[in-house]
Amino acid sequence: MKQFFSFIKKEFHHILRDKRSMLVLLGLPVVQLIIFGFAITTETRNCNIAILDNSKDEATQNLITRIESSSYFDIDKTLSSDNQIEKAFKTGRIKLAIIFQPNFQNELMHNNKAQLQIVTDASDPNQANTLTYYVSAIVMEYQKELNQNKNLPYTINSEIRMLYNPQLKGEYSSVPGVMGMILLLISAMMTSISIVREKEMGTMEVLLVSPLKPWIIIVSKVIPYFIISLINVITILLISGWVFGIPIVGSIFLLSLVTIFYIICALALGILISTVTSSQQAAMIISLIGLMLPVVMLSGYAFPIANMPVILQVISNLIPAKWYIIMVKNIMIKGLGFLDIWKEILIIFGMTTFFLLVSLKRFKIRL
Amino acid sequence: MNAIELNNITKTYTTKNNIINAVDDISFSVDEGELFGLIGPDGSGKTSIFRILTTVLLADKGTATVMGLDVLKDFKAIRTIVGYMPGRFSLYQDLTVEENLNFFATIFNTTIQENYDLVADIYKQLEPFKNRRAGKLSGGMKQKLALSCALIHKPKVLFLDEPTTGVDPVSRKEFWEMLKRLKTQGISILVSTPYMDEANLCDRIALIQTGKILEIDTPQNIVNRFDKNLYAVKSKSMFNLLNDLRAYSKTESCFAFGQYHHLVLNEKYPDINELKSYLKNHTEIEIELVKPGIEDRFMQLMKK
Repeated sequence: MKQFFSFIKKEFHHILRDKRSMLVLLGLPVVQLIIFGFAITTETRNCNIAILDNSKDEATQNLITRIESSSYFDIDKTLSSDNQIEKAFKTGRIKLAIIFQPNFQNELMHNNKAQLQIVTDASDPNQANTLTYYVSAIVMEYQKELNQNKNLPYTINSEIRMLYNPQLKGEYSSVPGVMGMILLLISAMMTSISIVREKEMGTMEVLLVSPLKPWIIIVSKVIPYFIISLINVITILLISGWVFGIPIVGSIFLLSLVTIFYIICALALGILISTVTSSQQAAMIISLIGLMLPVVMLSGYAFPIANMPVILQVISNLIPAKWYIIMVKNIMIKGLGFLDIWKEILIIFGMTTFFLLVSLKRFKIRL
Repeated sequence: MNAIELNNITKTYTTKNNIINAVDDISFSVDEGELFGLIGPDGSGKTSIFRILTTVLLADKGTATVMGLDVLKDFKAIRTIVGYMPGRFSLYQDLTVEENLNFFATIFNTTIQENYDLVADIYKQLEPFKNRRAGKLSGGMKQKLALSCALIHKPKVLFLDEPTTGVDPVSRKEFWEMLKRLKTQGISILVSTPYMDEANLCDRIALIQTGKILEIDTPQNIVNRFDKNLYAVKSKSMFNLLNDLRAYSKTESCFAFGQYHHLVLNEKYPDINELKSYLKNHTEIEIELVKPGIEDRFMQLMKK
C-alpha cells in the first residue's frame, strides 16, 4: 500500500510542477464551455433583413412593426424597387428580404388573399430555413388576430410547446456535449501521455526492474487524472448553472454516478492507447484525432445522429461519448431516473471492461 | 553459486533491411562478490546483455540466471533482488534528489533510513542538493543519484550500464572507488564501459565486439597476452605520421592513442633505426618502447 501512495504522490508532483499542463487541464473546460456556450451557437438573433414595401398601407406597416420588434430581426435596409433586392444580398449584409405586393391591404380585405414574398440567402441552408420559419410564424400570428372575431369554417390550430428547453437555448445541448468531450479528452489523452512518458524517458525500464506490480503502476497513474476530471465536472456544472442558467432537473447523485462511470471508461481508453503507442507524440495524435474528431462529429453533439448515413450511425454507437451525452441530457435536462438510462450505463460498463481487458493483455511486463 | 551466468545467449534484431546480431552466442559467468566489466565500443551488445539479465528483454536463444534464478521463469524474483542503472539517465527529472531516492526506496518496500549506511558515502555528496530537481544536476551528480537509487534496497546483484559515460574524469574516479567499496559489502557488480582505462579497475573483464566475446580474464592477464613490442611514436605532423606508419612494409598495426600512435611491427626483433630512416621526412620524432594496455590488446583481438 505504501508503494501505491508513494506512486500517486509522485504523479501529483509531475502534474503540479508542470504549470502549463495544469493550466490546460483546468482552464480548457472553462474556455471550451464559454466558447461553445456563447460564441458558437446555432441560435439566430438580430439578423439583418431588407424590406421592399410596394404597398405602404396599414397592414404592411403593422407586419413590419411586428417583424422589427421581434428579437430575431433588425431591419437594415428599406428598398424601393425589385432590382435593389439582389444588390442588397450581394453586399452580404442581409440574410433575408421581405417583399409585399402592391395593394396588400386591399387584396387582403377584398379578395381575402394577399401575397408576400420571402427571399433568403440559402448559402447557409439551416439558417435560411430557421429565418423563413420565424417570418411565417409572425405572419400567421397576424393572420390569426385578423380572424379573431370571425367564424372560419375549417381551422386547424397547431399549438407548439418546447419541452425541457422552452427557450430553445443552445447551451442545453452544448453543456452535455462539452462534458462528454472534455472528460474523454483529459482522461484518455493525459493518462496515455503520462504512461507513455515513462516509456519515453526510460523510467519504465527502471520501474519494470522492481517489485512493482503492473496494476499499481496503472492505477496510480490514473487516479490523479480521475480527481482532476472530477474537479472539471464540478466547474462545468457550476458554470452551466450560474452563467447559462441551466438547472439540473434530475438527481445530482445519479449524474455524478454516470459521470464517474464515464471517466473510468475514458481512463481505460487512455490506458489502452498507452499500450499501443511508444511515444508521447503518437499518444497525443491518437487521442486528438482518434478521439476528439469522432466525439465532436459522431457523438450527436454537433450533428444529429439521426440525419447521418446508416454507416456513420452504426459507427457512432462505438463512441462512449454518445452514450454519456444521452445520459447527461436525460438526467440533467429531462430529469429522468436510473430506470430510463440503465441501458446506456450498461453499454459504458461494457466498453470499460473491454478496454481494460485489452490493455491488460497488451501491457508489457518487458520492454 | 555464480551471481550471474549466461549460456549461449543470442539476441537478434530484425530491421526492414537486415538482421543484426546484437548478442551472438555469449556465455560467461560472474562470481559472487565480483566486480565484472563488459568492455566494448558502442553497439557491441552491452545494453542488450544488461536488459536480458534484468529480465526486461527476452533472449532468442540460450539461458541465463541471476543468483541461481532463471531470467525467464523467475523474473519476478530477480526483479526484487537486483539493482539496475540503465545507460540512459532514468530518474524523474522533475522530482528532487530526495524525492527520487524516497520513491525508489518505497517501491522496493524499504526506506532511506534502513539502508542508509549502504548509500551514505554517495548520498553525503548529494545531500547539499537534496532539494534540487534531478534534471538540474550535473552529469556526475545525476549518476551518483542513479547509483544511490539502484542501491537503496540493498540489491544482491548490481547492473550498471555505462555508468560513467558523459561524466567528468574526477567524478569517474570517485564513482569507481564507490564500486570498489560496494564490492566489499558482498554485492556482485556487472558494469559496462566503453573506457578502457576503467577496465583495469575490474576483477575480471570481458572484451566484446559486435555481440561476440573476444576474451575473458583479469585485466592483468589480458594485457600479458599482448606478446609483441609496442612502440609509441610521435612527430610534428601526427596525421601524416599515421598514414606513413600504416604504409610501412613492416607494420602490423598502428592506431592513434592519445598524443601518440601505437605501433606494432611484424618482426620479433624490429630494427628501430630502419624505421627512423623510413620516417626521415618527419621532424621531432619520438619512438619509445611502451607497456601495452587493455586497449592495445583489444585492437589486436579485433584485427584477428
